[in-house]
Amino acid sequence: MTRPDSKILLEVKGLHTDVAGVEILKGIDLTVRAGEVHAIMGPNGSGKSTFAKALAGHPLYKVTAGTATFDGRNIFEMAPEDRARAGFFLGFQYPVEIPGVSNTAFLRLAYNTVQGARGKDELDPLEFDDYVREKMKLLDMDVGFLDRSVNDGFSGGEKKRNEILQMALLEPRLAILDETDSGLDIDALRVVSGGVNRLLTPDNAAVLVTHYQRLLNYIVPDYVHVMDGGCIVKTGGKELAVELEARGYDWIKGKAAA
Amino acid sequence: MNTAVGATHPYIEALLKGCEPGHDRLSWLGERRAAALERANALTVPTTRDEEWRFTDITPMTRVPFRAAGATSRPGTTEIARFIAPEAAVRLTFVDGTFAPELSANAGLPYGVVVTNLAAGLVTHGSVIEQHLACHAPAQQDVFVALNTARLHDGAFVWVAKDQRCPTPVQLLFLSTQKETAAYPRCLVLAEAGADLTLIEDYAGLTDGAYFTDAVTEVAIGDGARVQHVRLQREAGSAFHIATCAVALAKDARYASHAVTLGARISRHNLNVRQHGEGAEAHLDGLTLIAGRQLADTHTLIDHGRPNGRSRQLQKCIVGGAAHAVFDGKIAVAPGAQLTDSAQESRNLLLSDKAHVDTKPQLEIFADDVKCAHGATVGQLDAEQLFYLQSRGLSLPRARNLLTYAFGAEVIDRIPVPSLVEELEETVLAEIQSAE
Repeated sequence: MTRPDSKILLEVKGLHTDVAGVEILKGIDLTVRAGEVHAIMGPNGSGKSTFAKALAGHPLYKVTAGTATFDGRNIFEMAPEDRARAGFFLGFQYPVEIPGVSNTAFLRLAYNTVQGARGKDELDPLEFDDYVREKMKLLDMDVGFLDRSVNDGFSGGEKKRNEILQMALLEPRLAILDETDSGLDIDALRVVSGGVNRLLTPDNAAVLVTHYQRLLNYIVPDYVHVMDGGCIVKTGGKELAVELEARGYDWIKGKAAA
Repeated sequence: MNTAVGATHPYIEALLKGCEPGHDRLSWLGERRAAALERANALTVPTTRDEEWRFTDITPMTRVPFRAAGATSRPGTTEIARFIAPEAAVRLTFVDGTFAPELSANAGLPYGVVVTNLAAGLVTHGSVIEQHLACHAPAQQDVFVALNTARLHDGAFVWVAKDQRCPTPVQLLFLSTQKETAAYPRCLVLAEAGADLTLIEDYAGLTDGAYFTDAVTEVAIGDGARVQHVRLQREAGSAFHIATCAVALAKDARYASHAVTLGARISRHNLNVRQHGEGAEAHLDGLTLIAGRQLADTHTLIDHGRPNGRSRQLQKCIVGGAAHAVFDGKIAVAPGAQLTDSAQESRNLLLSDKAHVDTKPQLEIFADDVKCAHGATVGQLDAEQLFYLQSRGLSLPRARNLLTYAFGAEVIDRIPVPSLVEELEETVLAEIQSAE
């Protein structure tokens, strides 16, 4: 639901970002308020993932101009871990495999680090085990994933579930989910979307980066933004996604050029 | 007669000072020591001009005038408690090369298992020792083996009789307590056919001063016998440690080595595994974790001398500061050693710009129906993995520690002694944190 009166969680103005000396983002403006769901759509190479990674603080993505405040703080002055602790979450398009680090140890370390930074109680291994198992039910995840190395040898869909499990544990105020739908079959998509929907509250917000409208049938956005050539070229309601699905991106590209 | 007069090299001469053969009660031992002394006199200190020492400059060691370690007040049981693996109900402790019975525990062993000092073992098991001692680690080309053998007067002796199983791990603890001394630890480990043994060979220092450990270990594993060999080199930071371990495998024998190198200013570990019987299997794991200005060199040889042999090797080095790690791993397959199946992997992690690693896999294959895989990688921590961990709230140092730890964990987790796994995990985390 659009909430013009609720608290602004993220405010991005005129964001320009370079990757390896090439300008990818060429002036992004976006305001996300508590309780809202935004979708960012657009063709491959339009800069959607760059936008997500720049906000998360990936070292290869250099912000050259513009501002972004998260919960009133300049996000670009915060280390990536501080963004996470403050409640910013990036669901990775390609979750990274970390052989040798057990998933349960990683999840507990992340959970306790973020809890500690927020002045909340940390959990010992036994308490955490109970807690994480509850969260895994939400995503219909096999507890066997706890004993494996982080994402190591996980299928595409398993990795995405593991991302949303992390979102469930870290309870972000703003989650940017980068192509969470890719690699999911229709049943998995329903489960993962259901999990995300249950995590959304009037106090938090989500930005869904996606190539397809399919995901938006399950997680219904309040706003749909279309990116092209490093800019947001069109913003509309959820019906815009349906129109894009039917007509493709070319008509918008044409518009942008015009 | 002072035989040391004939030494080619003044440094060797100094190390041999006071070493005289001919006092042995056993003529065969006297002859072997005399032959070793002759070789020590003929050989010189290796330099980086020697192919086998190309990457390992031991000049700093030759600047210290080491003397043979004399009698000293021994540490108490409380001082050494932290080195003892709780699982190892059987252990021998040597202080500066001398057997310390009061710090050892070798009573009540089951029939067919002997763990004692060599001097005592020679009395009861002289003929079996004669068949092996100084036979597997040849002094011919190696001055440090020659020195050790020339100095041989005592050591550790472990013997497991045919089809017997040693019920607990056996720990052999070699402690150095005096600066500017040299100690010559010696181990002889014999597992007869069908025997089963887990061994912990452990080197540590109780002094901050520079000292020198020149160790030789010989392991002979009989038909179908199995030895799991954990080796911990956790010498003091300014120590020098040069060791050779020679392993002989009979038919269907199985040998697993878990060698962890943490200590010493300069260290060298030669591990030579020879398959003398068909169907023998060797599994060599190595982990080197060094920082500061440490130099740690691991040279291994797996010699597939007979058909149907199998070997698996994983060598990992984590190098921080301005440290330098060396791995030279030779796999040899003799003519006729058909159906040999060998795989070697050398993986190296550099934690700083000044850290350095030289890795040199070598294959010498003289049989045509064999499988020999090898690979080597040198890298830094993965930037994407670091960012992923940071994006979940972990600080950069914490993320680096976790990834570095995970890199070493693969080797540590396979060590068959749970208390050592736990202890090494903590040690590695602490080392990594101090290397930050």
